[in-house]
Amino acid sequence: MSAVITATGLSKHYKQTAALDNVSFSIEPGRIVGLIGPNGAGKTTALKAILGLTDFTGKLDVLGYDPRQQRDKLMGEVCFIADVAVLPRWIRVREAVDFVAHVHPRFDRAKCDAFLARTKLQPNQRVRQMSKGMIVQLHLALVMAIDARLLILDEPTLGLDILYRKQFYQNLLEDYFDENKTIIVTTHQVEEVEHILTDLMFIRDGRIVLDADMEAVGERFIEVLVNADQATAARQLKPIDEHQVFGKSIFLFDGVPKEQLQALGETRRPSISDLFVATMKGTYA
Amino acid sequence: MNATFWNNLYWLVKREFWEHRGGFFWAPVITGGIFLLLNLMGIITAEVLGASHGIHIGANGGLRHVIEQMDAGDMSRVGFALDIAMYSAMGLLIVVLGFVVFFYCLGALYDDRRDRSILFWKSLPISDASTVLSKVISATVLAPVIAVIVGVIAGVLQLLMVVVTLSFHGLNVWQLLGYAHPFRVLTNLVGYIPLYVLWALPAVGWLMLCSAWARSKPFLWAVALPVATGLLVTWFGIMGLFNQSPLWFWHNIVQRALFSVFPGTGSMFGLNAEGLARHSGNNFDDMGLGLMNLSNTYQLLGSPALWIGVLAGIALLAGATWFRRWRDEA
Repeated sequence: MSAVITATGLSKHYKQTAALDNVSFSIEPGRIVGLIGPNGAGKTTALKAILGLTDFTGKLDVLGYDPRQQRDKLMGEVCFIADVAVLPRWIRVREAVDFVAHVHPRFDRAKCDAFLARTKLQPNQRVRQMSKGMIVQLHLALVMAIDARLLILDEPTLGLDILYRKQFYQNLLEDYFDENKTIIVTTHQVEEVEHILTDLMFIRDGRIVLDADMEAVGERFIEVLVNADQATAARQLKPIDEHQVFGKSIFLFDGVPKEQLQALGETRRPSISDLFVATMKGTYA
Repeated sequence: MNATFWNNLYWLVKREFWEHRGGFFWAPVITGGIFLLLNLMGIITAEVLGASHGIHIGANGGLRHVIEQMDAGDMSRVGFALDIAMYSAMGLLIVVLGFVVFFYCLGALYDDRRDRSILFWKSLPISDASTVLSKVISATVLAPVIAVIVGVIAGVLQLLMVVVTLSFHGLNVWQLLGYAHPFRVLTNLVGYIPLYVLWALPAVGWLMLCSAWARSKPFLWAVALPVATGLLVTWFGIMGLFNQSPLWFWHNIVQRALFSVFPGTGSMFGLNAEGLARHSGNNFDDMGLGLMNLSNTYQLLGSPALWIGVLAGIALLAGATWFRRWRDEA
């Protein structure tokens, strides 16, 4: 199958800073891609370019459309949830469902109603009367009822309590995702998406610094728990990160063969957050 | 222009009504209600005072005249007074409508950018042109139609109030109603709406352009830009280059950009004084209400000012659509 998104030489400048600096990548269907980077790294700009919300230079193909020229058609097959605050505060649950049902050709009302029935949302309730978690539930109900090929989530769980956050990703996986759909998610709460991602993209200062599927990440990056007497030997293998826990050192290696590392101590797969911190070292310095 | 287009447009306009039910519906209803209440109180006061003094005093000026004219047997003037009673309800509503439309246009493409709900609307497969068009329709058709419906209902109630009051003075209700022209009033008001769309277009365009363009405070930009330009033009006497007085600029640019959304302004400053004099004539009947007759209001269609305004309005709306599409908030 052909790629859902193909970007070649994508650039976007805001005054002096480069939000995207000659970025190229491609995303295959049926993947859940985590786009992860520090604040101001260009994540949102990349998503906006994909959604045709901002101008850019370079080539970008999303589902066969050019987002700059064919945005209206593109939005028939793409959904997105950006942050939690974007549903208009005056709208009622009933009105929101009615409106989307009538303007979106791929909307399945029964599915939406079924999802809403599992929440505490009332048809006459206005968004301004809802908690943040409830707003996301409504937005998710609307989005999950749309049979879109690409779903883009920009910090979807920002400001939610842990119950809502867990439920959000659970719903997404159980009731929405399948091999024909693709999800791109940006978040700072990396631990929560760690287990659902199939692909990982790190972005820093407008450049993609890591673009790999999770299996490749597991093979390439290895964390080793090293006793103090072995530490010097470990340092000679040029770890990308080192920190101390209970008198032992934890080293993170990039591309060093596993057999070699097992000699030094207990090896394990690093968490995405550790990998992220190591990769982004010095970002704000 | 396929079925999807019209379907989307219908739902977009419906959405505007949901969002602005207060301005589009409740504002005219409450205004009409207050108008009727004040008139009722006026009539009651007058009747009570009149009864205690043993003399006839009209409720709101017109009544006494009507009775005098009845005595004088001049029936056309009775009909005139009754029609005035109907129009008077609309007069207040028109002012309210002007303010509602003015501020609606200023917020139309700005409010959802401010609260970021624009990201939700933009996640739906609807073109920005449809969105802008739906807002223009809401401002120039939906809001006036609701105002006219409310105005006609209030006008009929007002008419009944006057007639019933007169009937206490021994006049026949049905005979009186026969003198009024409710359907002519209705036709004049409804028929005025298409003209209003055309006349209001430059102001709607300008306000929506500011609404789509301003990063903050669209009201300030919308008012300050034309006024500042007007002051500069006046100060440096630029209009002298075209053998026009600076007033021309204030009259045709500043006024049109800001106040064309107020219904009736087309009749007021669309026609020049000479034209007005010709239309009003000497006939008493024509003096007030002749202006409301469609044949007179539609004289405006012959003025270049109207059509240049329409073109300017369309250009401004195209600009608003462009900003709606590409304005980047980041």
